[in-house]
Amino acid sequence: MNPTRAAWIFLAPALLVLGLFFLLPVIAALLLSLTDYDLYALANLHNLRFVALGNYWELLHRPLFWSALGHTFYFVIVGVPLSIATSLGAALLLNSPLARMKSFFRTALFAPVVTTVVATAVIWRYLFNTKYGWANYFLQSVGIHPIDWLGDPHWAMPTIILFAVWKNFGYNMIIFLAGLQAIPMDLYEAARIDGASIRRQFQHITLPMLKPTLVMVAILTVAGYFQLFAEPYVMTEGGPLQSTTSVLYLMYEEGFKWWNLGSASAVAFLLFVIMFVVTAVLLRVSQRGDEA
Amino acid sequence: MNETRFSKAIINGLLLGGAIVALFPLLWMLSVSFMQPGEASSLPPPLLPRHATFGNYRELFVHAGMGRYLINSLLVSTAITLLALACNLMAGYAFAKLRFAGRERLFQLLIGGLVIPAQVAMLPLFLLLKYLGLVNSYAGVIVPGMATIFGIFLVRQYARGIPDDLLEAARIDGAGEMRIFVQIVLPLLKPIMVTLAIFTFLAAWNDFMWPLIVLTGQEHYTLPIALASLSREHVQDSELMMAGSVVTVLPVLALFLALQRYYLQGLLLGSVKG
Repeated sequence: MNPTRAAWIFLAPALLVLGLFFLLPVIAALLLSLTDYDLYALANLHNLRFVALGNYWELLHRPLFWSALGHTFYFVIVGVPLSIATSLGAALLLNSPLARMKSFFRTALFAPVVTTVVATAVIWRYLFNTKYGWANYFLQSVGIHPIDWLGDPHWAMPTIILFAVWKNFGYNMIIFLAGLQAIPMDLYEAARIDGASIRRQFQHITLPMLKPTLVMVAILTVAGYFQLFAEPYVMTEGGPLQSTTSVLYLMYEEGFKWWNLGSASAVAFLLFVIMFVVTAVLLRVSQRGDEA
Repeated sequence: MNETRFSKAIINGLLLGGAIVALFPLLWMLSVSFMQPGEASSLPPPLLPRHATFGNYRELFVHAGMGRYLINSLLVSTAITLLALACNLMAGYAFAKLRFAGRERLFQLLIGGLVIPAQVAMLPLFLLLKYLGLVNSYAGVIVPGMATIFGIFLVRQYARGIPDDLLEAARIDGAGEMRIFVQIVLPLLKPIMVTLAIFTFLAAWNDFMWPLIVLTGQEHYTLPIALASLSREHVQDSELMMAGSVVTVLPVLALFLALQRYYLQGLLLGSVKG
């Protein structure tokens, strides 16, 4: 057996799986989004009609789509910087030569990452219970009025963001920690001899050296946060008053509750296009920064 | 000197505070899971159970079918891990070490696929599996997870470190490609195998959206789906739900603690651009 034939035999299982269960469905999704595939078509394919961009046109005229998009952007725009800042802060603390018991702290801070979203979302639902939750008990003990965390449309999304930050910051913390450890110590040594303060060291050494890591982390986190689904599903069921209905939640309801698979595919594709554009813009902006 | 001691106190204090915030919900979950029904719904919220009980766990396993869900989760996650390991190891090795026309282009194409969110595929995938008769079966959950682009990427990164001379020498000795893979390559890939295995297992165990879609009947529910559905029925039973969360979270947390080094290594390998 020559290496070329061996290579294709080795590749075959993986490519078959990815082709059949990923590539093919993605292409099919594009076609599906151009049809009115619904419950009737599910029963009998003769009821299927080609509607061209009809689904997209309708979506763009549906207030629920725009509000779902708005909620998703809210989650991304507030959640991502908050998550990254928390991750970076934790990594800086862990990287400090003054920190004790580093491996314990690292494990403790990372633990939420490996837990199951559904299970921890259930925990948070009770911690943020209006009447008996610890969150309000704590607020009241410092003299702040209790908040209806998950029942108030203004507070539900912030509560979910708080949850997401708690759940996810450990992941990027590990990546930042590796990035920080890769910065040569002599750079700081030289800066200290020149009398640079800690803050200036951070500004002129840490941040520039960490920039490639930051860009990558930002892009991955943005992509992840656009896929908000399990949190609202478990914590709020998209409510109250649909204030936590995300794009994927809308896709799920449209597709698997109402069985409008055509229109749901259009939702999925619009999300994909939006994510793609946002990622491309982020990349472009970070590269322009490099040239300057 | 005083300044250093001050910074030291601040830094370690912040770390301690962070660790408490990170761990409190998990420890609280464990504590409440041993409380009597209704005990957690009182003021001030209790930290520890007055009379610890296994009643919630008994209720879950005897009446709520938790044993079945636990077995489902174990079964599905183990199957996905083994199958994905086989597919990804072979493909990753082929991309790293076997020469064939179009190798780089095919790999680039695959990496390009990473930008497509998995959810885009889910609607047609559901129809495809319905056509294949796999909706509401274990296979329906397992089949799409049998190979991952990320896994192939991870293996390729690692396998590139295998010296070509080693493989050439084996070929000159007349060893077939399959034998080379099994006897020479696999032992060298052991560290990345462990990393990939724990990554895949954790992801499969925690996965929510796809199992939620494809499992339409309770009998095949994995733990996250069962927990989500139970928590909608038992909104008031915090003690019972916390016991359910413990059953869901504890296995993966234990696995992570046991194999932490491999997991973190995989996380870093995966985040380095190829």
